Amino acid sequence: MNAAVLVFPGINRERDMARTLKIISGRQPAMVWHTDRELPAGTDLVVIPGGFSYGDYLRCGAIAARSPIMDAVRAYAAKGGLVLGVCNGFQILCEAGLLPGVLMRNENLRFICRDVYLKVERSDTPFTRGYNAGQVVRVPVAHGEGNYIADGETIAKLEGEGRVIFRYCSPDGMIDPDWNHNGAINAIAGIVSERGNVLGMMPHPENHVEASIGLTDGRGMFAGLVEALDRAA
Amino acid sequence: MNSLIPNEIPITPALIAEHGLKPDEYQRILDLIGRAPSLTELGIFSAMWNEHCSYKSSKVHLRTLPTKGPHVIQGPGENAGVIDIGDGLACVFKMESHNHPSYIEPYQGAATGVGGILRDVFTMGARPIACLNALSFGAPGHPKTRHLVGGVVAGIGGYGNSFGVPTVGGSVRFHSRYDGNCLVNAMAVGIARKDGIFYSAASGVGMPIVYLGSKTGRDGIHGASMASAEFGEGTEEKRPTVQVGDPFSEKLLLEACLEIMAKGCVIAIQDMGAAGLTCSAVEMGAKGDLGVALELDKVPCREERMTAYEMMLSESQERMLMVLKPEKEKEAEAIFHKWGLDFAVVGETTPTKRFIVRHHGETMADLPIKELGDQAPEYKRPFVSAAKHKAIDADDIHAPVGIAEALEKLLATPDLCSKRWVWEQYDHIILGNTVQRPGGDAAVVRVEDGPKGLALTTDVTPRYCEADPFEGGKQAVAECWRNLTAVGAKPLAVTDNLNFGNPERPEIMGQFVGCVRGIAEACKALDFPVVSGNVSLYNETNGKAILPTPSIGGVGLLDDFSRSATLAFKRAGETILLIGETTGWLGQSVYLRDICGREEGAAPPVDLVEERENGDFVRALILDGTATAVHDLSDGGLAVALAEMAMASGIGAKLDAAPTDIPAHAYWFGEDQARYLVTLRADAAQAVLKRAQAASVPAAVIGMTGGGEALALPGEPPLPVKTLSQHFESWLPRYMAGEL
Repeated sequence: MNAAVLVFPGINRERDMARTLKIISGRQPAMVWHTDRELPAGTDLVVIPGGFSYGDYLRCGAIAARSPIMDAVRAYAAKGGLVLGVCNGFQILCEAGLLPGVLMRNENLRFICRDVYLKVERSDTPFTRGYNAGQVVRVPVAHGEGNYIADGETIAKLEGEGRVIFRYCSPDGMIDPDWNHNGAINAIAGIVSERGNVLGMMPHPENHVEASIGLTDGRGMFAGLVEALDRAA
Repeated sequence: MNSLIPNEIPITPALIAEHGLKPDEYQRILDLIGRAPSLTELGIFSAMWNEHCSYKSSKVHLRTLPTKGPHVIQGPGENAGVIDIGDGLACVFKMESHNHPSYIEPYQGAATGVGGILRDVFTMGARPIACLNALSFGAPGHPKTRHLVGGVVAGIGGYGNSFGVPTVGGSVRFHSRYDGNCLVNAMAVGIARKDGIFYSAASGVGMPIVYLGSKTGRDGIHGASMASAEFGEGTEEKRPTVQVGDPFSEKLLLEACLEIMAKGCVIAIQDMGAAGLTCSAVEMGAKGDLGVALELDKVPCREERMTAYEMMLSESQERMLMVLKPEKEKEAEAIFHKWGLDFAVVGETTPTKRFIVRHHGETMADLPIKELGDQAPEYKRPFVSAAKHKAIDADDIHAPVGIAEALEKLLATPDLCSKRWVWEQYDHIILGNTVQRPGGDAAVVRVEDGPKGLALTTDVTPRYCEADPFEGGKQAVAECWRNLTAVGAKPLAVTDNLNFGNPERPEIMGQFVGCVRGIAEACKALDFPVVSGNVSLYNETNGKAILPTPSIGGVGLLDDFSRSATLAFKRAGETILLIGETTGWLGQSVYLRDICGREEGAAPPVDLVEERENGDFVRALILDGTATAVHDLSDGGLAVALAEMAMASGIGAKLDAAPTDIPAHAYWFGEDQARYLVTLRADAAQAVLKRAQAASVPAAVIGMTGGGEALALPGEPPLPVKTLSQHFESWLPRYMAGEL
């Protein structure tokens, strides 16, 4: 795995992400500064980590989406390269036009940090091959604006094409408003692009990979990615 | 020289009073400089000599605190305290109040409190790894309380979450004595290389003084003076003196500062906190025995036509002052520009020991720098100790309800209920090192990649301090030490944040002196030195003072974070052991207050020898793997602690009958100190009891875990753990939703 982690001013989970990529893949990812215009040669995974790029001023992700490096990311994604956006990374991908929809303020208007349960809808993507379809995983969220919404047509398309990859659910996998902490439409926690190579998700799998710190349900995503990339190489 | 300083505004007694300076203090200024000060100079004096910056009422007492120890690298007097945690690493930490601004504008007041304390920590070269806080609000029924809780919590979260530091612990309390003054005490903890600590004393003559960070605006002018006065009618009008926080800029400032420090560019550094440019420049010069000359035309300003007076007193946030190595200036400038931050050489160090401020070619201030800083007025204010409260005999307290009912009620009280609503608004997992999240006795965070871990907590029991300042001061330190011990850490050092009313009232000063004596005694007895701190006085509105609230923030070390103990019961069938002596002390207990409606009696005494013996015994049980769960006993006593252990696990417990020589309600809810609950595998119990006896540590088997998912107290209907959790979890969300 030759991962590149993008760093915008105000991003603050880049160290968490880099550490996790190193733990799972054994390789230190490249940290790429927002003013760069090219990704490092040989990059096979671009990761946009969480945080508050540009302070979330204007709109979450709006300014970062217009950074010089994002042109390179668009070109890379257009060629089918894998892009993972987590939390602020998801918001940036939506603002950059790489994924549809927007993330609004949480329904209760408060920032929420807690473990949530996710239902993995598909295991046949490079991001989720480490899980089984229908599996329930427990990972943390930490966001104030994770309430996913898009127009009815877009949602119908996402659902019809099986592009909703993760949904908030109860511990036994039921889709239930009581377990949808931010009020996202259809309990959507993560979606992929039309080609399936760009994933945006609000929860932080990178924070649940070490048994000594807590749970390890996040490992599946990164282990699956390593496997997918090894197979492709 | 005098003629160089224009003074078009006459210095009247009214103007002097507006600057918070007393007539004798003004006379001191006249004597010191031999002429009337200019308006800018008057502003500078008021900024340096107010209570908040000068500690003039508290200094004489603070000197009695123990501040040294084998692992102390830097005690009080710098931006933050520094302790050695081994492996070439140092822990940098401090707690500071932002009380007055938070009452006036809760979101920004609390946010900038967090920003200020984070700056104190990274100014010393440390990367912040955790934040904690201690919050005190008025009675839930007071019309401002809900608004303040919502705003303060959102502000703390808003700043820390965006900056990217986990907020891992803290405390929240409610009492009518905070109706007019809430308390927001924020603590930050960072890690630095032991050989990479930066200090504020300038050195070398002719060195460039560099201004870094955000631009200067008109916000926060006189903020420190506001924090040095009581509130009265019209407090709300002080809103313009509250600063506005920008965590995004602070995050950039952190990264830029750590980068230029790593590149070896920095000689000295001081953050611009209270009294902004004035305080930072004077401290750097005074500590280095140097003069400082500032050219205000070079200060990056956010607003037009700012005067020297305004620039010197602005408390705009996210700013730093540094003395740089001249040969590294260009390199440092490039790093700051990379992060999009202002960088300007605004002055230089001089050999004169004068503090000179020039603006538009004119000298606006020319003052002796040492006298401004080190020689601020110092008071030995008169104090009286309040009469001691009489100890309450538990036999004289009638139990209005049964034990089970009282427990259910207590778990749903504002002080004892779950604070999940609060800490879920704080990102407590970012950085990926949070081993124990909020809700336990102490938070535990991994240090770098481990195996070391730090245990962190904030503690104080203000009602004890009110009843008996000396015992209350001792108890605050002891409880902090106990909480660190309960997770298995070795307590290393504390930061203190002393919140009191108006020190010009002898009875308030008596509380302050008593608490400081108690803190000093406990810190000495427990080898738990004070390495940093902050004093917040004048927490008083219309003559009504807060409860004396000396918050203690403690840091403990775990050699292996994975061995830390948690309070959750682990499995059914384990023996529950009570460590420490139980007499059934109901005076000043939560039970007496919230169940019997009486706030009276003497506070529980703290025997520091016992405290240490019991704690050392428990820590040994944790480290050798014998203890399976540990919880300290505090507010609400034994029954509440048992309920908390059950709720954290979903596992119940069956308790033995109370001893016959103590009334049942006093046994279950008394607040005797130096006590812990420990669970063990049943077959380990006999050996542990023998060990306790050998160490003369009181230990008694009081029951067993399991017995269905309920807490079964003798002679009481069993309380399903789920029901207890509902009581525990529901009060705060319902209150904040306006349902209560």
